Amino acid sequence: MSTVDSKTVDALNWVAPKRDPGALGRLMDNKMFLVCVCLFPALGLLIVFLTYPLGLGIYLAFTDTQIGHAGEWVGLENFESLFQDRIFLNAVWWTVAYTFFATILKFGLGLWLALLLNHHVPFKSLIRAIILLPYIVPTVLSAIAFWWIYDPQFSIISYVLVDKLHWMEHYIDFLGTPWNARWSLIAANVWRGIPFVAITLLAGLQTISPSLYEAAMLDGASPWQRFRFVTRPLLMPILAIVMTFSVLFTFTDFQLVYAITRGGPINATHLMATLAFQRGIPGSHLGEGAAIAVAMIPFLILATVFSYFALGRRKWQQGSDND
Amino acid sequence: MDEITRRGSIGLAAGIAAASTLTGTQARAAIPTADVKPPSQPIESGATLRVLRPVKYIDPDGALFDANTKKFSAAMGVPVRVDYVGFEDLRPQTAVAARTGAGPDIVLGWSDDPHLYTDSILDMTELAEYLGKKYGGWQTLAALYGKKFKTDQWIAIPFGGSAGPAVYRKSWIKEAGFDTIPADLGKFLDLCRNLKKIGHPPGFALGNAVGDANSYCGWLLWAHNGYMVDEAGKIAINRKETIEALKYAKELYQTFIPGVLSWQDPSNNKAFIAEEISLTQNGCSIYFAIKNNPKMAAVAEDVDHAPMPRGQASSRPETASVINAMVFKHTKFPNAAKEYIRFMMEADQYDPWLTATTGYWAHSLKAYGESAVWKSDPKLIPYRDACAMEFYSGYKGPINAASGAVLADYVNVQMFAAVSSGQATPEEAAAEAERRAKRIYKQ
Repeated sequence: MSTVDSKTVDALNWVAPKRDPGALGRLMDNKMFLVCVCLFPALGLLIVFLTYPLGLGIYLAFTDTQIGHAGEWVGLENFESLFQDRIFLNAVWWTVAYTFFATILKFGLGLWLALLLNHHVPFKSLIRAIILLPYIVPTVLSAIAFWWIYDPQFSIISYVLVDKLHWMEHYIDFLGTPWNARWSLIAANVWRGIPFVAITLLAGLQTISPSLYEAAMLDGASPWQRFRFVTRPLLMPILAIVMTFSVLFTFTDFQLVYAITRGGPINATHLMATLAFQRGIPGSHLGEGAAIAVAMIPFLILATVFSYFALGRRKWQQGSDND
Repeated sequence: MDEITRRGSIGLAAGIAAASTLTGTQARAAIPTADVKPPSQPIESGATLRVLRPVKYIDPDGALFDANTKKFSAAMGVPVRVDYVGFEDLRPQTAVAARTGAGPDIVLGWSDDPHLYTDSILDMTELAEYLGKKYGGWQTLAALYGKKFKTDQWIAIPFGGSAGPAVYRKSWIKEAGFDTIPADLGKFLDLCRNLKKIGHPPGFALGNAVGDANSYCGWLLWAHNGYMVDEAGKIAINRKETIEALKYAKELYQTFIPGVLSWQDPSNNKAFIAEEISLTQNGCSIYFAIKNNPKMAAVAEDVDHAPMPRGQASSRPETASVINAMVFKHTKFPNAAKEYIRFMMEADQYDPWLTATTGYWAHSLKAYGESAVWKSDPKLIPYRDACAMEFYSGYKGPINAASGAVLADYVNVQMFAAVSSGQATPEEAAAEAERRAKRIYKQ
């Protein structure tokens, strides 16, 4: 027989009184609703500042809009006319070449710098800070600095070579002939881009466990073998990401070229971005400018896809070991 | 009502005081005016205005513009905000205002800008005719850019223009055997050859330089009687006159200092001030940079200006950058906006401003030719007639988006640069320019 009295039974059976949640409360309990509410700010920003401008740009590319006049839908007319325009084709070719050479140089030199910095060198943090400098300086400022360095009359390089060392007879015409101007711009871009590559690759290098190198050394691996079989595979994923970003930044470069050459001499250094601006704003043909900008998109997608699949397809990224 | 007047008059006095201190000791000349009744433009109550204009060339340009604006606000009780934007930012910002129908009420745009916005700006005919009658008429280039092409409908009020004549060193020209810049093209070539021989070469911009390269290549083309488009707007660049101009340009280029193919607008200023070149084409900024440097007093004395050689042209084969005030239809206070422009163009305000800008801007209304500024320094005379020129970008065709696009794409500049550098023969370059211009004009 139970010795429990009725009061205890009451206490045992007691449950917290259920308050009927209000409409708002029920709404907040709805997971879908909550997801939507929490995503809204981010999505809103993306839509307003990314999707809308991109969409508008793509739309404009298919119209004959000019500054001051709303345009009409013209279909592919802008693209058809661009593909017969030697200046545009030259800009496409040069944008690809510029990206290709600048990226190779940036990665070669950046990786080398990162490997050096990964060793124990005196004043390591100071050196790392100094290396970041080109990246910190606003692009336009560094462009103006290079503009002086490449000046046909006041170049410091020419001054040293001609007036001080007497190694040359004439000042170098850095920006006056097509190939001089092209290599000069690549050099400026590489100078600016190295810190980004070097510092991110250095971060990647530091995540590689020293024990792997010790094990390799015990097995008698040479420095080259350690680089080839330890550093390279472990650095590949971050290399792929850095490469993607670097290619995107270089391909869409505008400021360096616009400030240093304006696309000259005679359009030899027009990038797609500078040509798009020139045709769209000073030239007032917004539709054509937008079409040039839109023509960059396939290249950018291609570059991204290449970096991700060709360089970054490592099994461990998907959760299993490397072969 | 009382209060507004009182506040107004105090402000007015302050404005005048500011203006007179800024102009300093320079005496005001009497500007001849006709007695004309201003158009009736009753200012809307509660009006406020926003004005967009290019950045000042020199401090007094902005200071006097602001002082005049303050004077207007005080006298009319209309607050006005003036925004100064970089030369190259002006056009994008104007485009946004036109597209969105918001933002500045008045824009002082570059030469052909109002012609892009004919649908969205107000008619200015009445105001322009009043100003023209009162101040002895509009100068040729000002009227060209102010009116819809080949009509008498005004779409903008030209404030002033800035020319780019020859800037040279007197002593070196003399050393090269000339007293002044010859009007004859052959003699001009001789002068440049001699200048090179004595080690003081000329230098003219051939890079993608909006101002200097366009003035140099415009001169080359027009002095040989060439033009990009004919009166009907048909492309006419591939003619024998152009070929002659290109051949001449190639000869001339041989005498230049190396590197002009990459020159941008500031390059010739730098080279001239560093005494590396003896002759170039520029605004008066070179002269003032030298004049305002106490260490270069002797050089300042040696600098002079002259129109570029006339060649075969019927008038001075040069053009000028004009600033042109337009009022957008989206303004809530059209009368206040027009009244502001009128006020700024009246002699009490305009002349002190013109005088303070010391020649950077030249007047658009003929009567201001009497302004004291043009008597202050005889070296400024070649800049005085900026708005009197008859050539313009897109000459001889209509001023429209296509003529602007040809300019922005450097079609003419690159034609001359390609031949000068030896990258193309004159025939090839002219054909290429024709192809590019036809593409833009859709012909």
